[in-house]
Order: sequence, then structure tokens, then C-alpha cells
Amino acid sequence: MLDWSQLLSPIVLTLKLASLTTILLIVIGTPIAWWLARSTARWKEAVAALVAMPLVLPPTVLGFYLLMALGPSGPGGWLASHWGARTLAFTFEGLLIGSVLYSMPFVVQPIRNAFEAIGDRPLEVAATLCASPWDAFWSVAVPLARPGFMTAAVLGFAHTVGEFGVVLMIGGNIPGETKVLSVAIYDFVETQRWTEAHILAGGMVAFSFLVILAMFVLEKRIGRRPQ
Amino acid sequence: MPGGSVEWQRRAVLVAAAGTVAALLPLTAAARDGKEVKVAVAANFTEPAKVIATAFETATGHKPVLSFGATGQFYAQISQGAPFEILISADKATPAKAIREGFAVDGTAFTYAIGKLVLYSKSLNLAQGDAVLKEGRFAKIAIANPATAPYGAAAIETMKALGVHAPLQAKVVQGNNIAQTFQFVETGNAELGFVALSQVIVAKDGSRWTVPAHLYSAIAQDAVLLKPGAGSDAAKAFLAFLKGPEARRVIETYGYGAGQ
Repeated sequence: MLDWSQLLSPIVLTLKLASLTTILLIVIGTPIAWWLARSTARWKEAVAALVAMPLVLPPTVLGFYLLMALGPSGPGGWLASHWGARTLAFTFEGLLIGSVLYSMPFVVQPIRNAFEAIGDRPLEVAATLCASPWDAFWSVAVPLARPGFMTAAVLGFAHTVGEFGVVLMIGGNIPGETKVLSVAIYDFVETQRWTEAHILAGGMVAFSFLVILAMFVLEKRIGRRPQ
Repeated sequence: MPGGSVEWQRRAVLVAAAGTVAALLPLTAAARDGKEVKVAVAANFTEPAKVIATAFETATGHKPVLSFGATGQFYAQISQGAPFEILISADKATPAKAIREGFAVDGTAFTYAIGKLVLYSKSLNLAQGDAVLKEGRFAKIAIANPATAPYGAAAIETMKALGVHAPLQAKVVQGNNIAQTFQFVETGNAELGFVALSQVIVAKDGSRWTVPAHLYSAIAQDAVLLKPGAGSDAAKAFLAFLKGPEARRVIETYGYGAGQ
């Protein structure tokens, strides 16, 4: 017997998590990417490496440290104590923190590339037209980097949807709160409910295909755009 | 100096290759002496299984290769052709099902241990565990996933028997197996949790409440010979060893009731 609510709940939760993660990452990632693109500091590549680290780290490493950091003896527990909770693990907020860290390179890198591609010239021109750096950033750099922002949003969103290891380690499998799509699929497979697993897994395959296809089409269109 | 760099790379590769070969040599030597036995072990039995495997290796020269996980997870893998030769299950139902569906050898299943459920905490005093559950003054209680782990199902049964299942439902977090459940409690992310006695019997700190046996159905844990091990003497020897007095002593040390 198919229980649609069991299928729907993880989908809704995953979309919510991925959307919020993407928004947060654009907000946090843009200044980081801007700094990485414009700064002349010698240690900036060290910061870039730090941001990119989730690309190579096994999710279990991130999951392990997060479980410690979110727990009662870590900063997450300290934060949670402000509203009377003990830990940020097993909460949606905890997953959000994990996802932001985990998907950060996928957002920062495309935006940084886009900012770097602009070069100094348009900003110098803006400066000669008496635009303040703040004004130049918003009315020159951001519009020119728009394709980078789109790539970043698509990749950040998709990568969060595909998250599994970190969630498994800090989530606690709570329906509607931390039981996201990938964990639900894992659960269905383990309990031999393969019809449900097929529906969700098949959906993920179609989704991934569409995302990657959209990326390629987007890149091609941008590539053709006259400079 | 590009030439020097290439030379350096070549030397590094050679050194790495030599190192790998040297590291693998003892492995191949061990494989020649005895046979490997691939054993899937329910997570709650992790510690005793390691002790038993070491004793078995000393006694016979065969080398057990242990994998730990949730019983349900192993079953899903076995049904898809995983090469395990023995399943040390956390329940009776899974080995029986494996036999019924043709993944295990008929007549080889036996109960090696009776599992005991405990409530465990690092921060709460559980001298009166049932009272703590009824008061519910905690944020999170960890159990193993009841759909795949028998200790999780026993935890649900216990909470229902105590009449606290409905009020506590919002506080329940699930570990993927009993090992992860223990880890949730051990890291303090959940104040307390239902785990296997075997996991906490050696723990020095923390408080525990042994759940009275009448609150949940006995967790009879069976082991069974799987089809890939049907022709292996080493696998059969391991099962015989698991039944024997030496293994039984280890099993009882870890707080299990004796099996057959």
C-alpha cells in the first residue's frame, strides 16, 4: 500500500532545505566571492581552499565535526541554550548549518569566477563616473556577474538536494524535520519498500538530469552572448 | 627546473608502488594460511563479535572479516547478492526470512544470544528509568530505527507498555542503527536513549536502567549460514565456534542471555 504522505513529506522538506540553503549561501557567499576575486592579500588562496574543502572531504568528516559542534558541549549547544534547547543536532536549523557549509564551494566558486571575469575596467569606468564602490558593486559588478549567480544558485540548490552523509549523521531521521529525500530513499531501500524507493529515486534521476541540462544550456547561452 | 621535477615525480611513484607492495605482502601471506570468512554483524553485537573473531582466528587460523550495520540494511544487501557468508542478526525473523527466500542454508539458524535493552544516559540519573520517561524532562531521546533494528522495535514496545510512547513521540530521534543511537547519547546530543546492554556494559560513567524483560518481546538473536558460505569450511567452523563454550563466555560477559 502506497502512503503518499510518506513520499511527499521528505520532498517538501528537501525543497525547503535546499531553497533556504541557496538563499543563505548567496547572501554569505557573495561577499566572500567578491573578496576572493578582488583582494590582493597573499593568504586569500588559503581562504579559497578552506571554502572549497567540502569538495574533497568525505561527508562523514563534516558530519562528525558537526555532530560535535552542534552538541551540548559545542558552539551549537551554546547557541541552542539561548532558546532553551540543548543541541542543534536533529533540528532543521542544524541541517541548514550543515548544508550551508557543505554546499558553499558550489556557490562561491561560480560567483568568484564571474567577478574575476569582469576585470578592473568596468569598475574603473564606474569610478570615473563618480560611482561609489558600493554603487559600482550593485549597478555594475552584480549585473555583469548575473550568469555566475545563476550557476551558483542552481548548483547550490542541486547539491543540497543531493546531500546524504552529513544529514544521516546529524539528522536523527525525524519525519518532517530532518528526514530529507536521500535519507527517505535509504530507509525505503533498507526496509525493502522498493516501490516507494523507485518513485523517489526515479524522481531524483529525472531532477538531476534536468538540472545539469539547464546548466549546460545556460552556459552555452552565456558563452554565445556578445561581450 | 622541469626535468628535475619529472625525475622527482617518477621517484615518488616508484617509492609509493614499493610501499604498497610491501604493505600488501603480509595480507597475501595471511590469506594463504587460512581462509577469509565474510561476516555481517548486527551493530549491537560489535564488541563481542570482535573478541570472538580474534579468538577464532587464534584457534583456527581462518580470518573473519567483520562488517557492522543494521540487520535490515544487511538483509537488503544480501538479497541483492552481497558476498557475506554468515549473518549474525539482531533478530530471529531476518535469518528465517533469508532461509525462506533462498539466501541462507536451511537448518543452520540458531539463537546465539538473547539481547537486553537498556536506557542509557550521560547526564540524567536513571535509577528510576521508567519514572524519568514518564516525567519526560528531556529534549531528545534516541532509539534505533524500529523498521530496521530490533532494538528500535523493542524500544517502541517498551515506551508503549509504559504508556509514554505518544507523549514522547515528538522527542524521539532515530539512529540508523543501534551503534549510531549510542553515539547520539554518547555525544550528548540526545540526553538519553534505548541501546543494547552490550554497548554500555563496559562504560564507567553514565547512568543506565535495564528495561524489565516483561516490557518488550525477547530479542532472540539468530545467526545463519548464507548461501555464499555454503561450501566454505571456514564459515561453518566460525558458526560452530560461535555456538561453543568460549564464545558463549564472551557473549555472557557482554550482558546477553545465553542462546540455545
